[in-house]
Amino acid sequence: MAADDVWILGIHMTKFGKHPERDTVDLATEATMRALADAGVSMRDIGVLAAGNLWGGPAPIGQQLQKQVGQTGIPVYNVSNACATGATALRTAIMALKAGECDLGLAVGVEKLAGAGLLAGANRKADEDESWTPRGRFGAVAPIDGRIGTETMPGVFAQIGMEYGHRYGGTSFELFARISEKNHAHSTLNPLAAYSKRFTLEEIMGDVMIAYPNTRPMCSANCDGAAAAVVVTDRKLRTMDPDQRRRAVKVAASVLTTDPWEEACQVLPNVNTLTRNAAQQAYETAGVAPEDLDLVELHDCFATAELVHYDNLMLCAPGEAVPFFESGATWRDGATPVNVSGGLQSKGHPIAATGIANIWEVCHHLRGEAGDRQIPDAKVGLAHVIGLGSACGVHILEKAA
Amino acid sequence: MSEQIPLVDYLVLDDGGPYLVAHECAGCGARFFDRRNACAGCGGTEFQTVRVATEGEVRAFTIVSLAAPGIPVPFVASVVDCDGTSVRANVVNVDPAPEHVRLGMKVRLVTVPVGVDGGGVEAVGFGFEPVDAPSGSEGGR
Repeated sequence: MAADDVWILGIHMTKFGKHPERDTVDLATEATMRALADAGVSMRDIGVLAAGNLWGGPAPIGQQLQKQVGQTGIPVYNVSNACATGATALRTAIMALKAGECDLGLAVGVEKLAGAGLLAGANRKADEDESWTPRGRFGAVAPIDGRIGTETMPGVFAQIGMEYGHRYGGTSFELFARISEKNHAHSTLNPLAAYSKRFTLEEIMGDVMIAYPNTRPMCSANCDGAAAAVVVTDRKLRTMDPDQRRRAVKVAASVLTTDPWEEACQVLPNVNTLTRNAAQQAYETAGVAPEDLDLVELHDCFATAELVHYDNLMLCAPGEAVPFFESGATWRDGATPVNVSGGLQSKGHPIAATGIANIWEVCHHLRGEAGDRQIPDAKVGLAHVIGLGSACGVHILEKAA
Repeated sequence: MSEQIPLVDYLVLDDGGPYLVAHECAGCGARFFDRRNACAGCGGTEFQTVRVATEGEVRAFTIVSLAAPGIPVPFVASVVDCDGTSVRANVVNVDPAPEHVRLGMKVRLVTVPVGVDGGGVEAVGFGFEPVDAPSGSEGGR
C-alpha cells in the first residue's frame, strides 16, 4: 500500500438537531470551513468538490456552497444516493484523487429535516377525479402505500428485522428495544447528538408505537445537520507538516455497492446482500478482518436494522446476530463497540450528512480526540450506510502509523 | 353486481379471480409485478404473464400505527411467500396486534373494497387473510 492511498486530512460534523435560524447552505458552510481549518488548507487548495443534499430544493448544493466559500472553478459533482448520499460524495472525491485529477478533494453532505415527520416512499396524492383512472407503473386507481403493504421507512425496516427473526429465531420486541437502549445510552457521551437522553427499556417499549416492533425512540431522528471531509493523496500528504500527517486517517477501503437481483428484492428491499458484498470487498481491500475493528458505526436507521447489519457486516457468524448482541459485544465496553456516537436513533439522521458524519465519528476515535466517549487505543474502524433503493457505502479507516 | 375496477392492474377480478398475475422472465423465471424491458436478474427480454399462487405464508410483517393521511391505522403490512413468489400486501381479517399475527402464518388472497367513484364503479383491492379465518369474508378494514 502506499502511492495510491487516500487519507482524510480534515473532517467536521455540525451539531445535529434543530437549526431554525440557519439554512442548508449555512450548515454546509460551517461543516466545510471547519473541515478545511481542521485540514490546514483553504478552498483555493481544493481540486474537486462532491456534495449531496436531498431535500433542499432544486439548486445544486455544491455550487451554492461555492458561492458562499469560494468559486474557484473546480469541477463539482452533486450526488444523490438516498441515505448513502454522504458516503457517495466522499467516495466521488476519493475516486477523483485516485484517478490522478488532483491532490485535495472536499466532500460535503447536508440536510434540513427537523419536523419533516414520517418519511415514506414516493406516492401520489389521492385521486380527486370523478372516476377511477389507472395510473403509474402498477395501473393503480388509488395510492397503494398502506393499501398494499407499507412504504413508510419504519414499516419497511420493521419487516427487515422481522424477516431476520423468521429466518433465524430469537428476536422479540424486547430484543429490538434493547438495541435502542444501548444506542441511547451511548448518546449521553456525545455532545453533538440531536438527543442525548438515556431511556430505560420500559420507556422505550412504552413509547408511541410507529410500526411494530419499532416505537418512536427506536426510529432515527429527523434533524438538521451537515458534515464535510477533506481528502488528500498520499503523495501530497508526504509534503505536509508533521502535525497534519499525524492526524491524517487512512482510507483503507472505500466501497459502494447496489443490490444484485434476488427473489423478493423488489417487494421488500433487500439490505442484506449488498451490505455483505460491500463489507467483503472492504475487508479484502483493507486487509482487515471484522475482529480487527475497534469500533463500527453502522446504519441503525431503526433498531430492527441494526440487528441485521451485525450479520451483514460479518461482525458475528451467519445467523448469530441475536446471541452476538446478547453477549454485550456491541456496547461501548464490548468486543466490537457499535454506534458509540448514539447511532441514528439518538445522534439523528440528516440524510445526506449521515454518510460523512459516521466517518467523522470513527476518525475522531482514531485520532484519539473523542473525549469522554473515546474508545481506548482505537486503530481501525468501519463506517456503513444504506440508502434504500438500494446503495451501500462501507469505509474502513485506519489510524496513521 | 355493480361494475368493478382493480386497485392495481396485476389484480385480476374476473375470469375466475381474484388472483394476482406477474410478468415472468422466460429465461430465468424471475417475476415482476410491473413491466420490465429486460429482466433485472438475467437480462432476458421475453416475458409471459403468469398466475401467482393465492395461498402463502407470512414471511415478514409489521403493524403500522402511523401512516399517510386517509389510511386507517393500525394495519398489518406484510410480505407473503406465495409458493416462491413474494407478494407485498396487508394481512386483513385479523386483529392488528402482535399476538394475532405470526411469522409463518398461512394466509390466502381475498379482495378488499377501496371505494366507489362518481360513476358507481367500485375499486377493489386485495389482502391476505389467515386461512383459519371465516371463509369468504370480505372487507379487511
